Amino acid sequence: MKFPYTEKVLEHFKNPRNVGKLENPDGKGLEGSPACGDMVAVYLQVNPDTQVIEDIKFESYGCASNIATASIITELAKGKTIEEAKKISWQEATEELGGLPPVKAHCSVLAVEGLRAAIRDYEEKHGLVSEQEPTTVDVIRSRLKHVMNPMAGLDIIRTELVTKMEINDGIVRILIDLPSNHQFAANIKEEVIEKIESLWDVKEVNVVFTE
Amino acid sequence: MLNEMIYLDNSASTRLDERVLDAMKPYFFDTYAVATSEFGYSMGIDAKEGLQEARGIIANSLTATPEEIVFTSGDTESSNMAIKGVCAALKKKKGQHIIVSKIEDFPVLNTAKNLQKQGWDVDFISVDSEGILDLDELKSKIRDDTILVSVQHGNQEIGTLQDIAAIAKICKEKDVLFHTDATHSYMRVPIDVSQIPVDMITMSAHTIHGPRGVGALYVRKGTPLEKWMDGGFQESNRRGGLENIPGAVGFAKAVELVTDKETEFLASMRDYTIKRVFEEIPHVTLNGNKKQRTPQNANITFHYVEGESMTLHLDMRGFAVSTGSACFSRSLEASHVILGIGGDHERAHGSIRFTFGRYNSMNDVDAVVDAIKEIVKQLREISPLYNKEA
Repeated sequence: MKFPYTEKVLEHFKNPRNVGKLENPDGKGLEGSPACGDMVAVYLQVNPDTQVIEDIKFESYGCASNIATASIITELAKGKTIEEAKKISWQEATEELGGLPPVKAHCSVLAVEGLRAAIRDYEEKHGLVSEQEPTTVDVIRSRLKHVMNPMAGLDIIRTELVTKMEINDGIVRILIDLPSNHQFAANIKEEVIEKIESLWDVKEVNVVFTE
Repeated sequence: MLNEMIYLDNSASTRLDERVLDAMKPYFFDTYAVATSEFGYSMGIDAKEGLQEARGIIANSLTATPEEIVFTSGDTESSNMAIKGVCAALKKKKGQHIIVSKIEDFPVLNTAKNLQKQGWDVDFISVDSEGILDLDELKSKIRDDTILVSVQHGNQEIGTLQDIAAIAKICKEKDVLFHTDATHSYMRVPIDVSQIPVDMITMSAHTIHGPRGVGALYVRKGTPLEKWMDGGFQESNRRGGLENIPGAVGFAKAVELVTDKETEFLASMRDYTIKRVFEEIPHVTLNGNKKQRTPQNANITFHYVEGESMTLHLDMRGFAVSTGSACFSRSLEASHVILGIGGDHERAHGSIRFTFGRYNSMNDVDAVVDAIKEIVKQLREISPLYNKEA
């Protein structure tokens, strides 16, 4: 039989590790993608003295790449401190899995975002968030690196879909190099807004498409 | 290895029937001349006779005349030929407005979108939650400059059958041409062109255990149709290019091999699938109309789980099915059919299409339902949505 995935992806898909939820988790993240519809939830149990992730579980409403990436990420994160776990990248997870088809990047990146969201949740709940920095174009750029360009399987910053980013008085303006009636325009817009609007000093997000 | 696979994706393509191949073989090895060489040598006459006999069989299946059948390379070409041909013929004479349904398959849908880009006025008519066309909306959209209505017969994904007799009547009354894409209903749901005033019908051999790469377009006598692909004078100057005689002969043989009894059996496999799934698996929705439905199609959404995960699990257990999930398609687009019937991404996300064919049995149905029952349970256990709502 032939499959479009590596053996390791299939193995994690068939027998995902650390599946389920934790009762009273110390941190919880839920990430969803309007473009493809996948969702992933990550639950953390963290030792308050050592900041080590002692237990981690995930749930997935997603495709094979999503399930396999979430599974490998829980394995990578378990036993690490939250500072170490934060550094786990999508690239690292994908390499660990022996690669994924490019079109599936979108679904797998969600799992990494789920872990990061759970860590953020933990930090916020435990007063570990450092002083609030004002939102700059650099902050926006780094957030938008989590929005995928489904046509390329890479984010919208690296594929240069974002042509302009501005912030004035809490009002953010993002210019996207796509016609507004493009098949992915609505999804990209939704994801851009979702990534930016939660920043503490952002009042409004405007996504503008080219002709 | 492949023989062990239980193939339930017969609307994508079907296994060729050996008898079809046997019928085709002489036209590869013995009678391989082109049909247009009839005045040159006798092999050309034999070739032409083979082609004409095949044409007669296809014509008969619709109660049409042989001159009304044009052989093509398949349903994509047939629908392009029909729509672009009529548009070119009537552009200056009548107008630049055409009407199609929202849930057409890509040959019609993307031909319409392409014409729209070129300045044609195109209306996309809505369907109800079961995929049935809104006839009142259709009537209200027909204008003086409307030249063509193209509405499919059986839907490719959810199997819903349109009332093409009613649509043809509306078009006839308003003096507008009517084309229907019957790729997924041809030979399974009868169409009699002596009773239904349809002007053009798209057909394909690959859905009825015939060879792929061959199809036909029925063109009612007198239909204005400009040649859309330039070439020679074949097919009464309607379709240029060397005739695919083995293909046409194979297509005709495939038509002859379809029986009512077999079609009834496909319907019983469909009904049994739906019955077992609804009795044994909670949180499921049937996509499409229960009664007005092609006999080979069962399309069901299993809520709280994703389609590609289901198809991959099924694949690992030896079953081939398809899904309308965005994750399944290379374009990451959710099925426009499921969205068209008012379903959301979630409904498309967990939809599975089972399509039955000649080589399936009731055992296959039992096996796939048993498998999907376990798979859905397993995937729901890890779904964040299911846990919340359970």
